[in-house]
Amino acid sequence: MNVPFGSSTEYNRRRMRKDSIFKWVCFLSVAFAILVLGVLLVGILASGLPHLNMGFLTNLASRKPEEAGIKVALQGTLWIIGLTILISVPVGIAAAIYLQEFAKKNRINAFIQLNIANLASVPSIIYALLGLALFVRFMDLGRSIIAGALTMSLLILPMIIITTQEVLKAVPSSLRENSLALGSTPFQAVVKQVLPAAAPGIMTAVILGVSRAMGETAPLITMGQVFVSFSPENVGDKFTALPLQIFNWAGDPRSSFRDLAATAIIILLAVLLTLNAFAILLRNRFQRSR
Amino acid sequence: MMKTTTTWILVAAVLGFGLIGCGDKGTTTEGTAGTAGSTPAAGSGSKGGELTIDGSSTVYPLSQAIGEELRKTNSDLKLTVSESGTGGGFKKFIAKEIDIAGASRPIDEKELEGAKTAGVEFIELPIAYDGLTVVVNKENTWAKSLTVTELKAIWSPDSKILNWKDVRAGFPDQALKLYGAGTASGTFDYFTEAICGKKGAIRKDYQGSEDDNVTVQGVTGDKGAMGFFGYTYFLENKETLNAVEIDNGAGPVAPNEETIIAGKYAPLARPLFIYVNKASAERKEIQDYVKFFLSEQGVAILKEEKYVALPAKAYELANKRFEDRKTGSVFGGKSAVGEKIEDLLAKEG
Repeated sequence: MNVPFGSSTEYNRRRMRKDSIFKWVCFLSVAFAILVLGVLLVGILASGLPHLNMGFLTNLASRKPEEAGIKVALQGTLWIIGLTILISVPVGIAAAIYLQEFAKKNRINAFIQLNIANLASVPSIIYALLGLALFVRFMDLGRSIIAGALTMSLLILPMIIITTQEVLKAVPSSLRENSLALGSTPFQAVVKQVLPAAAPGIMTAVILGVSRAMGETAPLITMGQVFVSFSPENVGDKFTALPLQIFNWAGDPRSSFRDLAATAIIILLAVLLTLNAFAILLRNRFQRSR
Repeated sequence: MMKTTTTWILVAAVLGFGLIGCGDKGTTTEGTAGTAGSTPAAGSGSKGGELTIDGSSTVYPLSQAIGEELRKTNSDLKLTVSESGTGGGFKKFIAKEIDIAGASRPIDEKELEGAKTAGVEFIELPIAYDGLTVVVNKENTWAKSLTVTELKAIWSPDSKILNWKDVRAGFPDQALKLYGAGTASGTFDYFTEAICGKKGAIRKDYQGSEDDNVTVQGVTGDKGAMGFFGYTYFLENKETLNAVEIDNGAGPVAPNEETIIAGKYAPLARPLFIYVNKASAERKEIQDYVKFFLSEQGVAILKEEKYVALPAKAYELANKRFEDRKTGSVFGGKSAVGEKIEDLLAKEG
């Protein structure tokens, strides 16, 4: 205690005031964020809910707002997201494990590390154009679901890798060392000790990545179609997706279609929340099992 | 240990979740269409088949509407319609990515050459008329009409006009803001050629967007704003915007069905086209689509969607052109600016 004894009450009062100001600033920030979210949600629910019915889920897009639905767009989104998860999660986690647990600390690896960090901040439209040039044109996959999913995977891979690495870093090294000391191979140490400890964090990384892919529109604009009359049956099919449908309807001059955009947003939010809820359940299970 | 195994199984389940989930969706909701669609019977009447359309955003709503109606008789038709602007559409058309390209201007010289190099032959069919509409704010009481010369002074690349009082003596002191079509659209090409005299010549400081709604929002929100887009789009927004009458030397003319068809709404009345790949035209579903497009039913839908129909004779001639598989463009790479409907018909014949 370097504080002069005599001034301690004055000092304390100032200290406490600072504390309460800080608390209020933090609280207001949260309140502001919630308020904005609330206003958005209320607006969307107000204009979107009246149109929400089964027909909306099972009809094709239409020139008549009362007949319009999102069947193909919803299916397109589910296909893209499903494939994106299948591609990016195993690759992302494996890459993170390699970089964090096995890679030697040399210049090449440092260079790779730096570039992954850079890639994470590249705007999505750049990935969209890369996907267009690489997958659609060069690999001749066409404007197909698989081309879209591969582009989405590229987009969220850096994010998954970096976050997973951070999680792995946070696993105490004593876990690894103990395991190795007891005679396990590095593979065993990673699979039996490190990964289970890191699993909840990795799930968070996956949730963040997939949520981003779900709402991302830019890669889809270069690859998706505006109006598709048939459900996707395999990965080579043409597709449309919810964000595209929303974008298209929101730009329509007729206000009834702009309301439909709100309805489609509700569906997109519902799908996103379901997927996230499932992942969070899973994460909690991991945490409990430790 | 057991517990970790089960959790890992759960992880696998989550990874598979997306795909399985939508795999189910694909088969269950699809029902009959899915099973029938997976065995496309070539040449078996008008069932099934694939059709890909792209191009002008002005033609897009019509292409979609026609396709939608056609699907009522052929529910297995795999139809995709997109909008990437007239120029963007022709690019895909030449790359053989699409069967039909919608266009709000004739194919230009470069694109003709590209098609020739790529070995793409096409049938050019005029399908409707459009009047490029210049719009101003509802509260704009002074600019009821503008001459082409005034429009040129406002929009040309070296224009310095930033205030309505510099447009014409007597106009109020009100800042002028400009909105319009973006460079990928045929509307942009046509407007710049018709008004500024050269395709693509326009001042740099206007707000350009492929999304006409941006123009609507901009002009509705600003008393001194001006913008332009297709006539159909104006009809959808006539409650909130005013159309400017255009004076091309013979007095002011308002855009409406009559003046557009009669060729009086010059120089901003223009034909809209679809371009059909000749190789695709061998396919039954493409023939069905084009014939439906040019039929009386097709024209009825066109009117429902607020497009301006060509005279009945034009559809007859277009039909004949398609039946004869007559390839090439009557415009020979030139623009349609200054073309009258009669001349166009003569060219068609």
